[in-house]
Amino acid sequence: MFRFISQRLAMSIPTLLLISLMVFAIIRLVPGDPALLMLGDMADAHSLEVARASLGLDQPLPMQFLIWFKAVLSGDLGHSITTNEAVLPLILDRFQVSAGIVLVSVLLAALIAVPAGLLAAWKQDSALDFGVVSTATLLLSIPSFWLGLLLLYAFGIKLGWLPVVGYVSFGQAPWQALSFIVLPIVTLTLVELGAITRMARASAIEVLRLEYITHARAKGLSERAVLWRHALRNSFAPTLTLIGLILGNLLSGIAVLETVFTLPGIGRLMVDAIYARDYPVLQGCLLLVTFVYVLVNLLVDLLYPLFDPRVKL
Amino acid sequence: MNKPLPVAPEVLLPAPVRAPRAWRVPPLNALIGAFLLGLLLIMAALGLVWTPHDPLALNLLARLQAPTAAHWLGTDEYGRDVLSRLMIGAHTSLWVSVLTVSMAIVAGTFLGLLAGFLRGWVDRGLMMINDALLAFPGILLALGLMAIIGPSLYGIVFALSLAYTPSVVRVVRGTVLSLREKEFVEASRVIGNSELYTMLRHIAPNCVAPVCVLATSMFGWAILAESALSFLGLGVPPPAATWGNMLAASRPYIATASWLGLFPGVCIAMALLAFNLCGDALRDRLDPRMSK
Repeated sequence: MFRFISQRLAMSIPTLLLISLMVFAIIRLVPGDPALLMLGDMADAHSLEVARASLGLDQPLPMQFLIWFKAVLSGDLGHSITTNEAVLPLILDRFQVSAGIVLVSVLLAALIAVPAGLLAAWKQDSALDFGVVSTATLLLSIPSFWLGLLLLYAFGIKLGWLPVVGYVSFGQAPWQALSFIVLPIVTLTLVELGAITRMARASAIEVLRLEYITHARAKGLSERAVLWRHALRNSFAPTLTLIGLILGNLLSGIAVLETVFTLPGIGRLMVDAIYARDYPVLQGCLLLVTFVYVLVNLLVDLLYPLFDPRVKL
Repeated sequence: MNKPLPVAPEVLLPAPVRAPRAWRVPPLNALIGAFLLGLLLIMAALGLVWTPHDPLALNLLARLQAPTAAHWLGTDEYGRDVLSRLMIGAHTSLWVSVLTVSMAIVAGTFLGLLAGFLRGWVDRGLMMINDALLAFPGILLALGLMAIIGPSLYGIVFALSLAYTPSVVRVVRGTVLSLREKEFVEASRVIGNSELYTMLRHIAPNCVAPVCVLATSMFGWAILAESALSFLGLGVPPPAATWGNMLAASRPYIATASWLGLFPGVCIAMALLAFNLCGDALRDRLDPRMSK
């Protein structure tokens, strides 16, 4: 158990290193001088020189990477070029907003989709199965930002039940905060339902054909016990992997949704940073989201044996 | 009575080829998928030679008109004909996805075969980079690259194909590794074929099926990613029409001209549905484990 965990942890270290290297490279590939970007066109030669030295730009590239990496390890992601805010608190603050929405909607989607997929698999090729699969495929094909716009139109403008623009944090006004995030959560839940249902159904179909299910039935267990106790647990493992991937993908693709609902999340921050050429912020966002992505997948790998005991710890 | 000639043992035959099957009515998902795909292709092809109006012609007197006989799907905030722009958008979306998927497949197949063929340190090095790229969420990689390249059509193609290549590499290499020790590959070596010939003649053709399945999904991903990037203003820049940037432009008019946001979304959803259904049908056909 301990060996498995430490091995898996050790395996993700080169990945994280390579990712840092890539993020560093992406920003260094940007045409133009970061010092010039920071100070603007009016800067004189001397202050440019000072800025370059303080950014470590006068060092050779490998050295620059080491300096940058050391700073990252100590939690120093630099300062925003546009607002001069420290990057780390800024991105963590924005990350909370996105992470909350993503976590709640993936949880909701899984709670609906996994039983739905299992039922569809149990009644494979029936009308129920057909209905579940068609709905799931349809939901899978709807882009989140369009669904968001439709819901915004229906509930925000036509019915007037929910506000169209704005955001307050939970700390300030919980009920009002809820009214701002309910539509984004519903949108993401609906969009993710499709993929998770299909996965849950596919893996349940495979499991339901195995001999131990026949055995469970033969020893007289009720269908309910067979499904919920035996089939569900074993078919959940691949679905869990998918849920991990979805979590990471949602976080990285959430910019579109945050644009639709004008939410101050990490995705919007990233896009704004791209527009403003605010590279330290962009770098911080890229780094944070990919690290979370890798860590979520790591967590899924560590949880996997809980559901599929054949995978040895 | 002639004795039957000794039949060559199966191990000496080239890559296994399935016996041709009798034609059956294709499953429902294939039919609907093909129909939608056909519709899309016609829309895009027609848009190349003819559109009801000039998709770029401004007419500020006729801005934000609801659907009429002259403008079937209405006009946008500059008085441009929505239907004409959707047709051009279909062409843009399909062109981006075709280029992206072909580039990802060519590069991915080449690298995957190379890794599986050379093995050793080339394989290890390639796979390490590949896994790191896979650990980088695709859309984020594309977003980061678009920040450097700046919004442009070929920029998207480059960024997305770079993001999708690693999954092709993984699939191809996986197939190569699973086949390397199979009897028909062994047989090819035994009768004196070179490693390279064996690879290209016997192993590579078996990668076609899994790569095709992956490619169908990638078409959908590419269309979705392109429209998402264009929606964010990081994709194909205006005034060129794409479904994504039309949707983005419709946002301020959601209360007054809601049809503007409706039709581009329908197009994206239709395209995604077409590729999802075709992909399902293809997977059912090539991977019989899932069907009864």
